Amino acid sequence: MIDLQGFGDQIAVGAMTTFRIAMASLVLGIGVGLLGATAKLSQFQVLRRLANAYTTIIRGVPELLIILILYFGGTVALTALFGRYVEVDAFAAGVFSLTIVFGAYAAEVFRAAIQAVPTGQIEAAQALGLSKALTWRLVVVPQMWRYALPGLGNLWLTLLKDTALVSVVGLEDVMRKTGVAAGSTHTPLTFYSIAASIYLSFTSISLVCLTLLERRANRGVRIAE
Amino acid sequence: MNWYLIVEALPLLLEGALLTVKLTATSLVLGLFIALPLALLRASPSRALSRPILLYTFVLRGTPLLVQLFLIYYGASQVEWVRSSILWSILREPYWCALIAFSLNNAAYTTEILRGGIRAVPSGEIEAAKALGMSYALRTRRIVLPTAFRLSLPTYANEIVLMLKASSLASTITLMELTGTARKIVAQTFSPYEVFISAALIYLGITFVVVHVVERVERHVTRHLRRVEFQNDYDEQARDMTQIPALEQVAR
Repeated sequence: MIDLQGFGDQIAVGAMTTFRIAMASLVLGIGVGLLGATAKLSQFQVLRRLANAYTTIIRGVPELLIILILYFGGTVALTALFGRYVEVDAFAAGVFSLTIVFGAYAAEVFRAAIQAVPTGQIEAAQALGLSKALTWRLVVVPQMWRYALPGLGNLWLTLLKDTALVSVVGLEDVMRKTGVAAGSTHTPLTFYSIAASIYLSFTSISLVCLTLLERRANRGVRIAE
Repeated sequence: MNWYLIVEALPLLLEGALLTVKLTATSLVLGLFIALPLALLRASPSRALSRPILLYTFVLRGTPLLVQLFLIYYGASQVEWVRSSILWSILREPYWCALIAFSLNNAAYTTEILRGGIRAVPSGEIEAAKALGMSYALRTRRIVLPTAFRLSLPTYANEIVLMLKASSLASTITLMELTGTARKIVAQTFSPYEVFISAALIYLGITFVVVHVVERVERHVTRHLRRVEFQNDYDEQARDMTQIPALEQVAR
């Protein structure tokens, strides 16, 4: 058995933080992604332009730089706003930046998924006199989910790994906790390997869950043999 | 906005960008060299050959690049025989550590991309090559790989951009590439907006150049597939459909 030298509890706490930050960013990021996708498919050109600019910029800039901009930029902005030094909470800054990154990629996934819903379905809903909101809720969303799931699953795996970057601005996640342990015990190989295996188990569990979710989303879909 | 600061920081940032491009390009080339044989093994019908490669890509794609980077940069010093061997003169240098981590990581993603391309080569073409009596090496070289490369190109373009963005992690092990330089200037001046946003714009600029160049290459290698005008429209749609599989490679 590997000797954790008393850092086991700390690393477990860090693993929980990693999971929490990823979950929070996932939920908020799906919201941002849905908004982004509706903006991209909107009939107003301004909204389309804005959404396209957002996704293009975010997808072309390193996640680490986005985290740094929002963390340090946020500190400066809040300090100017309140007239005194304000320290931005690393967790909040992390969730905020990861949400923005996840949202940009999710917007593209949702856009493609919404477009994959057959037009006939939407026309049928209109013919039945369903309102726009009802069409969206009862016809588009349940069906586009199936198309969006594989893409979202990949984004979730990326998100899980991107949480490690927030440790650079001081979030006490697995990466940070194992880093501290590695530094004080002078056994970096051991502790970073532990970090790697924790991430690997997170991604493995996610893969299993995603397969189950996809199977559920695809129930009732007839596949030609 | 302090414009003077931006003008002053720009030459330094561009110098950093040069290292970013160098790191990215070298990692891509090394990654491709490692990935090519791995992809052929990974696509082979024999489980004994493809399973070990699957394990490699699974581990490298399932853990954050930052962990891999730290494992190589900090972790190598823990092993006694590494410290006393000639390897140490390489593993001591942050530049080489970054290069090794990026190449290995990039190779894992590229392997899966190429495997997808190899598997997508129409079986009729391979059967035709066999019928003509081509050996494995010959048909791989003349039939499978050219088509596989062409099919993988759109996804590989994504991978190039991802590698460019991932190279920013080198700043965490003291390398002064674009992000590292920006962080240093911010630490000295404490004007995060001006400097970080300038750095972001440089990254965006490089991304646009990459996307544009790859698009031209793609148009060049698929020119025989475009025959009539109205098919262009169809191609556009086809590319839209590939958006989701392309994103599969995002996971880093």
